[in-house]
Amino acid sequence: MSKARMQLMLCSGTGCHATGSKRFHEALDAELNRQGLTDEIKIVETGCNGFCAVGPVMLVQPEGIFYQKLTAEDVPELVEEHFLKGRPVPRLFFKEHMSKEKIPHIDDIPFFSNQVYRAMRNKGAIDPEVIDEYIARDGYFGAAKALNEMSSEEIIDEMLTSGLRGRGGAGFPTGLKWKFAHSSKGAEKYVLCNADEGDPGAFMDRSILESDPHVILEGMTIAAKAINATKGYIYCRTEYQLAIRRLEIAIAQAKEYGLLGTNILGSGFDFDIEIYQGAGAFVCGEETALMRSIEGKRGMPRPRPPFPAYKGLWDKPTILNNVESFANVPQIILKGGEWYASIGTEKSKGTKVFALSGDINNIGLVEVPMGLPIRTLIYDIGGGIPNKRKFKAVQLGGPSGGCVPEQHLDTLIDYEEIAKVGAIMGSGGAIVMDDRTCMVDMARFFMDFIQDESCGKCTPCREGTRRILEILERICDGKGEAADLKSLEDLCEVTSNSSLCGLGQTAANPVLSTMRFFMDEYKAHIFEKRCPAKTCQALLKFTVDAEKCKKCGLCFKACPADAIVWKKKEVAFIDTTKCIQCMSCYDKCPFDAID
Amino acid sequence: MWHTYLISAFKTNPLATRGVCILPTAVVSFLPWQTSLNQKTDKVRLEMEHKDKSMIIDGRALRFTEGETILEVARRNHIDIPTLCHLKGATPTGACRVCVVEVEGARTLMTSCTVPATAGMVVHSESPEVIRSRRMTIELMLTSGRHDDCLVCPSSGDCRLQDLAFRYKVKGATFTPSGVKYPMEAANPFILRDFSKCILCGRCVQACNEVQVNEAIDFGYRGAEAKIVTKGDRALKDSDCVFCGECVQACPVAALVPKNARLVPRMSETRAVKTTCSYCGVGCQMNLHVKNNRVWHVTGCEEVAPNHGSLCVKGRYGFDFIASEHRLTTPLIKENGAFREASWDEALDLTARRFKEIAGAHADAVGVLTSARVTNEENYIAQKFARTVLKTNNIDHCARL
Repeated sequence: MSKARMQLMLCSGTGCHATGSKRFHEALDAELNRQGLTDEIKIVETGCNGFCAVGPVMLVQPEGIFYQKLTAEDVPELVEEHFLKGRPVPRLFFKEHMSKEKIPHIDDIPFFSNQVYRAMRNKGAIDPEVIDEYIARDGYFGAAKALNEMSSEEIIDEMLTSGLRGRGGAGFPTGLKWKFAHSSKGAEKYVLCNADEGDPGAFMDRSILESDPHVILEGMTIAAKAINATKGYIYCRTEYQLAIRRLEIAIAQAKEYGLLGTNILGSGFDFDIEIYQGAGAFVCGEETALMRSIEGKRGMPRPRPPFPAYKGLWDKPTILNNVESFANVPQIILKGGEWYASIGTEKSKGTKVFALSGDINNIGLVEVPMGLPIRTLIYDIGGGIPNKRKFKAVQLGGPSGGCVPEQHLDTLIDYEEIAKVGAIMGSGGAIVMDDRTCMVDMARFFMDFIQDESCGKCTPCREGTRRILEILERICDGKGEAADLKSLEDLCEVTSNSSLCGLGQTAANPVLSTMRFFMDEYKAHIFEKRCPAKTCQALLKFTVDAEKCKKCGLCFKACPADAIVWKKKEVAFIDTTKCIQCMSCYDKCPFDAID
Repeated sequence: MWHTYLISAFKTNPLATRGVCILPTAVVSFLPWQTSLNQKTDKVRLEMEHKDKSMIIDGRALRFTEGETILEVARRNHIDIPTLCHLKGATPTGACRVCVVEVEGARTLMTSCTVPATAGMVVHSESPEVIRSRRMTIELMLTSGRHDDCLVCPSSGDCRLQDLAFRYKVKGATFTPSGVKYPMEAANPFILRDFSKCILCGRCVQACNEVQVNEAIDFGYRGAEAKIVTKGDRALKDSDCVFCGECVQACPVAALVPKNARLVPRMSETRAVKTTCSYCGVGCQMNLHVKNNRVWHVTGCEEVAPNHGSLCVKGRYGFDFIASEHRLTTPLIKENGAFREASWDEALDLTARRFKEIAGAHADAVGVLTSARVTNEENYIAQKFARTVLKTNNIDHCARL
């Protein structure tokens, strides 16, 4: 292993890659070469650091200095000042949104300091393509303990004690699932990992796979021992090429080290893992559809019972856990279920990873303890809403979830508490919306997604979601009628109550939840033909408030359609026949005179 | 990732495992006689105590055997739960959602065709919630594609969707019909595929893949674009289809009908005459659908061995010869290399005379060859005639499988 005096943990996750971490890496490499520092200073390409909003990011270890928004042009100054002279470069420090204070040390940045790392404990800390680095951080110790010192029953007991619940969304106790599969009779059993992450705005699983692939292999091996399976599959969506590549490397390395394959760690236990690439169907995240897909059939759910713990892949007892669930397993086995259960609420233990996105300052990946108020997640970790806008709601659980509005922001992150306000914990997608988001339009967006991704097998989901979408489109188009509200309610309830699988049963959640909290917006669209958030184009009609107008002419200059009549020292006027509802004038007016 | 695992559909009732069944008072009633029903159920519940393998459907305590579904228990006890996608002999798919019932303690409505009966289970087969769901499901089916032309539909009177619409008084007027999305396919001699009538119940897929195991069709595309397709979405004639017509018989609507179905009497106008297929030795049981002394359709008899409703392309579609214009209507006698019309008397006399001359002079000089296109009874008579009258075993048949 390297004995460099300094390690540069450069994020090469998708977000940072997109903002130019590769270019920065090349420049840094060249500069270190030029200065002859390559033996002293080592660059480590890590998986996603989580703080995607300010990428590319780099952590300088062992000092813990965190740099953000790096470009190739910053390289000479960084190397000269910091790496040679020991004077960190404040210009590249993280800047607090409100106080504008510059914070050099990673542990002092609120985005990081409020987090608790368990599933993501190795993110940004190791090179995901080097097994030794994983082992150095207690990697495979959990598997060693499980395989050599524990019985299946003991493993399951530990999992039950930990209180870990399925992190894919539904929150079924992981230990209980394993217990069912363990007691299920059959010589052949399977362990599956669900990495078919499909929610819009969710990238937790991808980041874990990219930054710490071995933890999944280890978690699956422990699960295999618990239920006595010999074969595992990781069902990963084919778009996640980097994750797949790193998993392949990890599997090869683990096999070479005797940590996977036959007679693992001399315990006499055999377990092999294969990667299966999904073809991009959202519904294949549903467990029975996923299994059918691995069997080579069309990804389409089947009714349960029988549950997969009794009849799963190829009709054999099978367990399926989400990436994040497996990422928690090795530490639970190593440190004990009680250690894991020491944080969280009564029924929701441990931590949960969220992908913060939308109208929020600190877009990125965060891991927080259960029981944290959603407000802390949004304002302290997330850094609040950009451009001084007002928070409106956060969509939890993606298209299967619901929105949490301002008045429920103090809801705790807990499976039951979140369900009480009509949302679901989901896999961890958290899309934040400010006051310029139309909630009807948002419901329409998710319904559009769902009706596209419905497999088409059962009637309520296939036809019901289409009709719901039709009505929502009509409302957004200004053609909504009073009867539409009743139809929507009926359709949503029947779709939820009668659909075959989770996709259909939860498809109406975004509509039901927005109708619950933002009925006034639906009514404004239908009865007043008005979109309060100014999103639905067909309903936009702009006028100038003569009292507020300061006659500056900014709107006149901004209009691309010559729809604004204005002369110096005169109030502007909008010609609605020419207006193309582009909102340029609305955005430009500093006095809120255009409405 | 969204749901990887949904919480067990049944919240286990701790009492249920002991064979005790609790009917919550919260069950909302739409029946005026609910009070007496509750009292009755209470009585039934008491009777069920300490009895394994009993459940309650609509207030009746019913015994079941391990592995039976709710639907099977209900049908055995003459409780009519409607179904649509359910195909006997194939794995239940739970696709259409017409057979949903309310199971106490379950999070959602459950499909009775897939859920196994369990001890202490309490089921309501026609509760208001069930009826509401069924009505909406039927409404959604009626407005998908084109179902507004029953007057000219070949399946009218023999259509499961029509029956359901009638039973639940659904008109299909709530939503705008989505109309024709995929063009009709008629490029083969046997089957007409009308996608605008298809409600995607999947019975044809089950029939093809599980009953005939021919695996020519399956679901294709997603969501509202879904369609039953062959491999590569080709026409049936270019696919693995062997035109056995199993799918046509399974289709509950008019999405799959015989090619000429639009020109001949509808199935509901005909009278079924049960007979045995004469094409081969399997002895498939089939129904000839007859009107005005003419066979218009052939279907397999579903309840009997050996075929349990299945037929092959010949059995199902090979009957046009019966009413063919090319059939001989008078006997012909060949003289000097040419045929001339003759009377039956003359023809029979000639044949009898020649048989006597030849069969009497040389043993086994005569052979009899019969046809699959005459009835089995006639074939029987022919072999009897050969063996007892002509005294020869030289008797054979064109389809000796």
